[in-house]
Amino acid sequence: MEISDLPAHVLVENIRLRQLKAIDVLEATLARIASVDGDPPSLRPLTSLPSHLQPANLERDQGLHAFITLTAERARQQAREIDRRLDTGEQVGPLAGVPFTVKDIFCVQGTLTTAGSRILANFVAPYTATPVQRMEAAGGVMLGKVNLDEFTYGSSNESSAFQPSPRNPWDVSRVPGGSSGGSATAVAAGEGALSLGTDTAGSVRQPAAFCGVVGMKPTYGRVSRYGLIAFSSSIDCPGPLARNVTDAALMLQVIAGADTRDATAANVPVPDYVTRLKRGVRGMRIGLSPDYFRITYFDASSGELRQEPIAPEIEQTVLRAAGRLAEMGADIVEDIPMPHTRYGIPVYFVISRVEAASNLHRYDGVKYGYRTPDAVADVADMYRKTRAQGFGPQPKLRILMGMYVSAAQYSEQYYNRALRVRTLIRRDFDQVFDPQGRYRLQALLTPTTPTTAFPMAAVYGDSVLMQYADQLTVPANHAGVPGLSLPAGFDPDGLPIGIQLLGPDFSEEALLRIGRAYEMATESDAWRRRRPPVL
Amino acid sequence: MTEAITREIFNHLVQLAALELSPDEAEYIRGELNKQLKAIHELEAIPLQDDTPPASHGVPYTPATSPAVRPDEWRPHPDPGGILAQAPETDEGYIIVPEIPHIEL
Repeated sequence: MEISDLPAHVLVENIRLRQLKAIDVLEATLARIASVDGDPPSLRPLTSLPSHLQPANLERDQGLHAFITLTAERARQQAREIDRRLDTGEQVGPLAGVPFTVKDIFCVQGTLTTAGSRILANFVAPYTATPVQRMEAAGGVMLGKVNLDEFTYGSSNESSAFQPSPRNPWDVSRVPGGSSGGSATAVAAGEGALSLGTDTAGSVRQPAAFCGVVGMKPTYGRVSRYGLIAFSSSIDCPGPLARNVTDAALMLQVIAGADTRDATAANVPVPDYVTRLKRGVRGMRIGLSPDYFRITYFDASSGELRQEPIAPEIEQTVLRAAGRLAEMGADIVEDIPMPHTRYGIPVYFVISRVEAASNLHRYDGVKYGYRTPDAVADVADMYRKTRAQGFGPQPKLRILMGMYVSAAQYSEQYYNRALRVRTLIRRDFDQVFDPQGRYRLQALLTPTTPTTAFPMAAVYGDSVLMQYADQLTVPANHAGVPGLSLPAGFDPDGLPIGIQLLGPDFSEEALLRIGRAYEMATESDAWRRRRPPVL
Repeated sequence: MTEAITREIFNHLVQLAALELSPDEAEYIRGELNKQLKAIHELEAIPLQDDTPPASHGVPYTPATSPAVRPDEWRPHPDPGGILAQAPETDEGYIIVPEIPHIEL
C-alpha cells in the first residue's frame, strides 16, 4: 500500500516509532494530489448568464478537483516541526504527522476561506476555527482547503463558484455528493487521510456514502462551531470524514468537547472513543425502520407527492449488514416506527432557509469580501450589485425563501409550524431510544442515501429534487442526534453504497463501536479490496 | 395550481433582500421557490396538538450541559490592521462606503 493510502492511525504509529518521517508522508500525499487532482479551479466567469444556465465545466481531464487552495508550504512547516519534536524527544499529539484537509467553510488564519462563493473569494481568515485549531494542536498537518457547494448549499458540489467542481473518484462522470464533496473525494483518493466537513442535512454522510468513505455527524453541540461560516445555526455540525471507523474515532476524539467560544458546544465529557472501539455489539439492540426504506418526494411535473421504495440493491445492502451484526450478537429489531421521517425535507426547506437568510445578510461589500467594481449611485445600490454578483443562485434562493416563510403574515403557517413538526421528528427518536420505552434501541440502522452517486448535471438546477437526496439524513439534523455513514459495498455500476447508524444524543461511542464491529465482520469481503479506478 | 409567490411578491422580496436579478435568473428562482413551497405545503397535512411546542433546536440544553457564560471583558484585538485590510475600501483606519442617501422617516 502506498504511503498516501495508509490510514491515519497507522501513519501516527509509524511516525511515532520513527519508521516514517512526517515530511515524507506529506511529500507522498502532495505527490498523490499532483497526480490525481488536476488543474486548480478558478472562479466561474461573471457574465449576465445565471450560473444555473451556464454549462458546467465537464471537460474530461480526469482530475478530481477536490482542492480550492493547497497550502503546501504551510504543511511542510508543520510536518518538519513534528519531525523536529520527535528528533528532540518532545511530546507529539495523537494526530502527529497526519495530513488532513479542511472544507473551505472553516476559517483558518492566514488562508483563503471562500465558502465556495465569489462573495468570499478574496477573504483571508483572521482567526482559526476551533476544530481545525485542535487538529493542528494534535499534530495534524493541514494540506489545504477543499471544495464544497456554495456556502454548503447543495448535495453535489456543482453549485461551487470554483469550477471545475470535485468529481467522484469511483467514476469521474458522477458527483461526489455534497456539500462536503471535496472532503469525501480527497479522503477516498488518498489526498489526505482525514477531512473536516460539516453536516447540516447530510453534508458529511451523503458524500461519504457516495465516495465509499466513513463520515460522522456528531451530536449537535459535540463539536464547536467557532470559526465555521454559518448556514443554519441550529443544525450545523462539524464532523470527520475518514477511510475507516478507527480514524474517524481518532479525529472525533481530538475535535470534540466544550469550547468557551461557542455557547452551543455542550459541556459534556468526551469519552475515549478509540480504546472502546473493539468491545463488540453483543446484546446491543439495533432497529430497522420501514420509514427509512422508502422515500417520499414532491414531483414538480405532476404537482403530487410520490412515494417509492429506495433502490433495491441499497435495501439489500442494509439488510445484509443487519445480518452480519446479528451474527456478531446484536439484537435486530424490525418494524420500528419513525413516522415523521418523510417530513424532514419540508421542515428543512423552512428552518434552514430562515436561518440561512439571517446569516447571509452580513455579506454586503463593506467589511470584507467582494464589492462590485461597477459604478453605483449610493450604498443601497452597492449592496444590491455586490450581492447580485457575489452570490450564486443557491444563496439567492435561500435568502428569498427564508424571508418569505418568516414574513409576519406567513410565519405562523410556515416557520412556526416547521418548528413544531421538528418537535415531532425529535419525538420519533426519543421514543425508540428511550431505555424504559417499548423499543429500547441503542441505534437505528438505515441506508444513508436513497440512491448511489448520480451523474454530473443530472439533478443540478432542480433545487427540490436535489434537496430530497438528503431525505434519510436530515431527520438526525433536526433531532440533533448523531449519525455515522459506513461504506457497505457497491451497486452494479461499481458505485459505493453507504449504510447509516443513528443513535441517541452523545452516543457517538456506541455508533463507532457498531461501525467497527461491522468493519471487522466484513474485513475479508471481496468488495473491501476495491480501489477507485482513478488510482 | 396558482403560484403563491407572484411576480409582485417576488419583486418585493428581492428588494427587501438587497438583491437584483436578471430577467432569466428571476424567472428561474421564482419557479424554484414556488416548487419548494409546494413541497413545504406537505406540512399542513400533519395534525398538530395545541400543546406541541416549537423546537428551536433538537438537543436539550440543561444548566449542567450549557457552558458557563464568559465574563464580558474588553480586550484589544491583536491585529486591527489585519481586519481593516479585508475591507474593500478604507481611509486612515475608517471603512469607506458609497453615499448613504438621506431618507425621511
